[in-house]
Amino acid sequence: MWPPPPAPEPGSSPLSTESPENSCCCENSGLPGLMTTPSETRSSRMRVLGLGWRGPTGTEPGPGAQAAYRLRFRTCWLWLVGVPDTCLSMGLELYLDLLSASCRAVYIFARKNNIPFDFQFVDLLKGHHHSKEYIKINPLKKVPSLKDGKFVLSESVAILFYLCRKYSTPSHWYPPDLHTRARVDEFMAWQHTAIQMPMSRILWIKMLIPMITGEEVPDEKVEQMLAEVKNSMQLFEEKFLQDKMFISGDHISLADVVALVEMMQPMGGNYDVFLNSSKIAEWRMRVELAIGPSLFGEAHDRLMRLAEWDSSTLDPMVKERICELLQKFK
Amino acid sequence: MGLELYLDLISQPCRAVYIFAKKNGIPFELRTVELLKGQHHSDAFAQVNPLKKVPALKDGDFTLAESVAILLYLCRKYEVPDHWYPQDLQARARVDEYLAWQHTALRNSCTRAMWQKMMFPVFLGEQVPPETLASTLAELERCLQLLEDKFLKDQDFLAGPHISVADLVAITELMHPVSAGCQVFKSRPKLAAWRQRVEAAVGKDLFQEAHAVVMKAKDLPPADSAIKEKLKPSVQVLLQ
Repeated sequence: MWPPPPAPEPGSSPLSTESPENSCCCENSGLPGLMTTPSETRSSRMRVLGLGWRGPTGTEPGPGAQAAYRLRFRTCWLWLVGVPDTCLSMGLELYLDLLSASCRAVYIFARKNNIPFDFQFVDLLKGHHHSKEYIKINPLKKVPSLKDGKFVLSESVAILFYLCRKYSTPSHWYPPDLHTRARVDEFMAWQHTAIQMPMSRILWIKMLIPMITGEEVPDEKVEQMLAEVKNSMQLFEEKFLQDKMFISGDHISLADVVALVEMMQPMGGNYDVFLNSSKIAEWRMRVELAIGPSLFGEAHDRLMRLAEWDSSTLDPMVKERICELLQKFK
Repeated sequence: MGLELYLDLISQPCRAVYIFAKKNGIPFELRTVELLKGQHHSDAFAQVNPLKKVPALKDGDFTLAESVAILLYLCRKYEVPDHWYPQDLQARARVDEYLAWQHTALRNSCTRAMWQKMMFPVFLGEQVPPETLASTLAELERCLQLLEDKFLKDQDFLAGPHISVADLVAITELMHPVSAGCQVFKSRPKLAAWRQRVEAAVGKDLFQEAHAVVMKAKDLPPADSAIKEKLKPSVQVLLQ
């Protein structure tokens, strides 16, 4: 989060404050209670560093050693709370706004697999993705982004594959079998234009554009978009899902998570794409269950509350772009 | 029956798959699906790819759509040299990143540029409003700038020091507007140098062979009314 908080005073003992919310990253985000680095990971990092106030066999360390300890603690405390944009940051950072389907896919996957990360909130509605600070992270000005030490990565599909490999997640997420993996790749490639774009457009035309500009998108365009979505859902059912439990077969994979979060996008505008197909509705239930209803619900909370959002707080530059977008639809 | 690749070399993703398979000596039967004759809409082809698009792969009973999926499948099955899709975590992530980004960025603008500048007027006899073309070319410029600044940077290839599938996907994409007369490389020496490197790595002969069809597209005779009727519904979207 920007600006980063000041470093703690020398000699302070920050370990006395062990609350999970003791992280700069989300304090000013307006989203209290968001997970940052879980406390068990913090303590495991402490163990890795072999930190302790006491010297060997219970003796009190001398003044030189105490000073050295204080320096290490200050360094490590900053590392533990994940101060961004400083050379001390060593943990995984995910730059997200859960309003975006691609962010939800990454968030759900990381949480489900207990991958420790710092949640860096990039408020799309406030135009934070266009801020100078964020452009330094991702010049494509999009979310999600991943920052792992100095390594920065954009594109949710690439991020998901990276997390799978780096954290050796269970193999069903991205199955090793040649044909099964190809099925996941096939869906992950197809969905960019066939699912993500049309689903996102529905939210824009049904909710965001009217809400922000006060104008409706012409009926003809709306009908066209809805037809496109219907066609995509049909192809999804006939080619990708067929009679299987999940896209790749009997087990949930990355493809199902990506598919479902994207199909949820129109729900933010009260449009339910699951109504027309019981097969898809059943698949949706299976995926939600496999992810865990509470994690799934938490990930979609911001989207589902979009109707409550006060659009007068919208960043003027974002508003301008949306008005331009409306012109394209006319 | 061995590996079959259903391709039309007028299509960018088909060229990427073709070059990759040939370069790696992967034996396959080429099954040409002529897009401009609407052959991708046939019932027979729907058996191979119900999405009715090329490229498509058939390996025994296994069928596969989507060029990115096909490239990765071929990488794994035929155990090609590592640089095409590197094992290294971060190098592979760079390739994945490009392969994901290009679907809605470069692919879009290159297809539109080629169709709006050339195929609509020459082949379909349809004039494209100048503002539409101008806006498409501006979008293409924007994507090319991102390609240079974010992906290529000061590297020899898009994902690092060696050629990968990302470069094949990108170069075949850029040749699309080139075939329509867009001077993509003229004012961009960095991209021009990268193109030379990619062509050299692939082999000039193979590169030219893969691009023969698209480079002659400007000389295509105008489509007859039956073809126009067949194609118009699906290509109208390229005017937006």
